[in-house]
Amino acid sequence: MSSRERILGRVRRALADVPPDDTPYGEAVARDYLREHGDRSVEETVELLAENLADYRAVVHRCGEGELPSVVARLLAERKAATVLVPPGLEEAWLAETDVARVPDRGESTAHELDRVDSVVTACAVAIAETGTIVLDGGPDQGRRRITLVPDHHICVVRVPDQVVSSVPQGLERLDPGRPLTWISGPSATSDIELDRVEGVHGPRTLEVILVG
Amino acid sequence: MSGTFVGMPAFPKAAHEAVGNATLRGNLRHATHTIRAKRAVAVAELDDWVELREAGKLIKDHTLRHLDRYLVQLEESVTAAGGTVHWAADADEANRIVARLVKETGEPEVVKVKSMATQEIGLNEALEAEGIRAYETDLAELIVQLGKDRPSHILVPAIHRNRGEIRDIFRAEMSEWGRPAPEGLTDTPAELAEAARLHLREKFLRAKVGISGANFMVAETGTLVVVESEGNGRMCLTLPETLISVVGIEKIVPTWRDLEVFLQTLPRSSTAERMNPYTSTWTGTTDGDGPQTFHLVLLDNGRTDTLADEVGRQALRCIRCSACLNVCPVYERAGGHAYGSVYPGPIGAILSPQLRGIQSEIDASLPYASSLCGACYDVCPVAIDIPEVLVHLRERVVQGGPVTRDGNKVVLKPAKGHAAERAAMRAARWAFGRPGALRTGQRLASRTRRLHPRTLPGPGKAWSGTRDLPAVPAEPFRDWWQRTNGGTTGKEAAK
Repeated sequence: MSSRERILGRVRRALADVPPDDTPYGEAVARDYLREHGDRSVEETVELLAENLADYRAVVHRCGEGELPSVVARLLAERKAATVLVPPGLEEAWLAETDVARVPDRGESTAHELDRVDSVVTACAVAIAETGTIVLDGGPDQGRRRITLVPDHHICVVRVPDQVVSSVPQGLERLDPGRPLTWISGPSATSDIELDRVEGVHGPRTLEVILVG
Repeated sequence: MSGTFVGMPAFPKAAHEAVGNATLRGNLRHATHTIRAKRAVAVAELDDWVELREAGKLIKDHTLRHLDRYLVQLEESVTAAGGTVHWAADADEANRIVARLVKETGEPEVVKVKSMATQEIGLNEALEAEGIRAYETDLAELIVQLGKDRPSHILVPAIHRNRGEIRDIFRAEMSEWGRPAPEGLTDTPAELAEAARLHLREKFLRAKVGISGANFMVAETGTLVVVESEGNGRMCLTLPETLISVVGIEKIVPTWRDLEVFLQTLPRSSTAERMNPYTSTWTGTTDGDGPQTFHLVLLDNGRTDTLADEVGRQALRCIRCSACLNVCPVYERAGGHAYGSVYPGPIGAILSPQLRGIQSEIDASLPYASSLCGACYDVCPVAIDIPEVLVHLRERVVQGGPVTRDGNKVVLKPAKGHAAERAAMRAARWAFGRPGALRTGQRLASRTRRLHPRTLPGPGKAWSGTRDLPAVPAEPFRDWWQRTNGGTTGKEAAK
């Protein structure tokens, strides 16, 4: 007997007490929890996102669509970045005002090559205000998962209010489970030493989020 | 310290030694009180915590009650998404599968995401025996691995170490495993984290094989979920060419939507955050992004035996948040090592004896490693009634009875070590049924109170070895009641 059959057989014997007409999934779970916490205007939801991102040590900037290229250029200059990773579908205009050398997100780049890049600029799929979370889904303007992981500086552009939802349930609804997802709430952090929080271990030590709109 | 739990003394002895260690108690007290207070704040932010907790409980219960169906569905979804599913009935089989998969890649080393399942099966040791080196990459697991130590907490495995101890371990051991600790390393957490970053980065960048567990598996979509903080998980899940995930069969949720409950309750219960810094989800393989080969090893290792116990099966709802550890007065003083299991604290006290059976001395002692105060039940985000299961398992230890081991129904004999307890209960029943004898005995006890030893003699020694004996009052209660007419004459009892 294969282990598959052995395990499934054990599970079935273990569940001898469960009647065949047991409550089906659709009725078994009471979902009377909230779809979002609090009653906020659109602007208040964006404000909450900014607050919660900042609370987890992300650096938050806000600007209008027209100012975005200059903000991106300024942040890269302040960081003294010499190279910036660019996902294939990133809007050209976002980097129009910077002359920092671009590194395309290529499948054949080795991890060591990525490690030598200073910064990365991406869009996002959705942002969740109540938890201060941005979610990347590997879309063309976000690139492969590793490009937002290995460089030490990540600039993420969130379109407000279109890409902002209030809560985790609303965020999940908008996401496609078939894509690889990365949920990011602040920069990399650890609390493993006496529960003192330290930002920046293995992921980017600096996360800058630009709320555009 | 050995990396294995085999031959661990039973809980009372291990706990007694731990309680005498002032540094350990200090480290534990600081850590548990800090996170306990933070968690209460994070939970209070959500008005619907009660409803979320109930939903989490119901989702998990429903899944467990139909686990066969969801396992098959999960296998289909993962396979359709480009992954390969393996089934492992026990630890040995899981280790053999993983070792074979690693060998097929031809790689001599792997990087690991912190995972309770791989610790439970002793994967690192099994790989080492096959000539494969496994690097732990979570900071706390790194501290434990470098220190040749054992984890003492589910969430923060090095909670028993303070910063000075960690610095000493890094200085002494890092060079044995790769890049040495930086010159002049101090004990500030920021510098220690930086040292770990440098030490591990060279391993991440060259890694070809990653090994992980998973917090959740979605049957409907075949999606696996890992929540973490440091980014070491993301490194292991995305940089290697091959990813092998070893996951307990109880980690399933039926649908994508179910994650909306657990992604709210897990971070707040474990690290007391609104959301952990990084959550990764993947469904099979994705062309050009991340590992191009994905293996899922579904692990039983005692879970189906646990499922067969209608009272005890609720332990399988556990989402490994560790909130129960941080509120437990016993864990706070004894520390995680005393439990002799990778699952310490209240959840370990009910999970380990069920996964492993209660034949060994340590497992038979675990249902007693609790004050039954119920704090663990109150904080559990999936409402596991830990005290109920503890009492159920105590009864099983003392009385014996039918249990399932390795899929077979067996009848357990009463545990030997509890003969004294059963004798004491018989004696009590005899005495309480004979008021005259009881009165005589109590008066005798009062008169001889100055002569009483601090520990009980004979079979009672085990009981008094872990408890302070209560002082016998100068006057038995019944005598006081008679003398003062039930307290109505207002006279103080004779001193």
